[in-house]
Amino acid sequence: MTGLFTSEGKYIPVTAIQLGPCVVTQIKTVATDGYNALQLGFGEKKKSRVNKALEGHLKKIGETRFAFLREVYVNDPSEYGLGQTINIDIFNIGEYIDVTGTTKGRGFSGVIKRHGFHGGKKTHGSHSHRIPGSIGCSATPAKVIKGKKMPGQYGNTRKTIRNLEIVDIRPEENLILIKGAIPGSRNGIVEIKKPKIANK
Amino acid sequence: MERLDQLQREMMRLDLPGFAAGDTVKVHVKIKEGEKERIQAFQGVVISKRGGGVHATFTVRKVSYGIGVERIFPLHSPVIDKIEIIAHGRVRRSKIYYLRKLRGKAARIKERRIN
Repeated sequence: MTGLFTSEGKYIPVTAIQLGPCVVTQIKTVATDGYNALQLGFGEKKKSRVNKALEGHLKKIGETRFAFLREVYVNDPSEYGLGQTINIDIFNIGEYIDVTGTTKGRGFSGVIKRHGFHGGKKTHGSHSHRIPGSIGCSATPAKVIKGKKMPGQYGNTRKTIRNLEIVDIRPEENLILIKGAIPGSRNGIVEIKKPKIANK
Repeated sequence: MERLDQLQREMMRLDLPGFAAGDTVKVHVKIKEGEKERIQAFQGVVISKRGGGVHATFTVRKVSYGIGVERIFPLHSPVIDKIEIIAHGRVRRSKIYYLRKLRGKAARIKERRIN
């Protein structure tokens, strides 16, 4: 992440994302696959890293060996052709987008990190520093309620952040700058969509 | 990462002079009042500089009518018209917060001469 200043001197925190160019590598339709989608390829792989199955799959498109393949749902796949490039120009400044990515994995974490519990006393003879405390009642209901927040795997899950504003677009570098943070680590791969729930 | 650095560099102000904690500076700030724009100066001692990249800030302290006033400026903000360095001070740490507790003669900072 970085930041920008507006001309009035206001600081906007932004994340820079390289957006495309993506190539349509497969078109899925209701007739053949049961749903409408496009498979998009992005990035490049060394030839020695590509197995024959992938090479055969991409043969129709040309010589490029894509590092990432992702499917996106579209309403009308007939608007697109195989090998068509999808560029940054489908988005405009001021629009809102949804960004989906895999969050940073934090491993097996306790309740303080994972759920923001307050934890116990640190001193005064306390031994319960970071433990969750009581997890329920007694003989009634005689069980732990489902969905109780407990320690466990935290992060490394697919998350979507909705309605992020596009602050700037730089077509010559294929960069878009969006306001706020997005899931995942630096140099991670994310999917960008038009917002599912429109911003008011 | 290189591209991110480049983006940051674009936003940075490279025209401002270098200064450090202990220096006395005069910061000229652009103030917008409706349509008009005017420039206001804030003169004081730099007591802290923090952060890197675009987000870096510095704190200037002055004593105005016996009351200490501190103002935090974003270093790369376009609101800053210019920064004048009035004096270089000789201090032994990068954050001179101890100045807040000192009054009068004790709050002076020895000048550092740069040749």
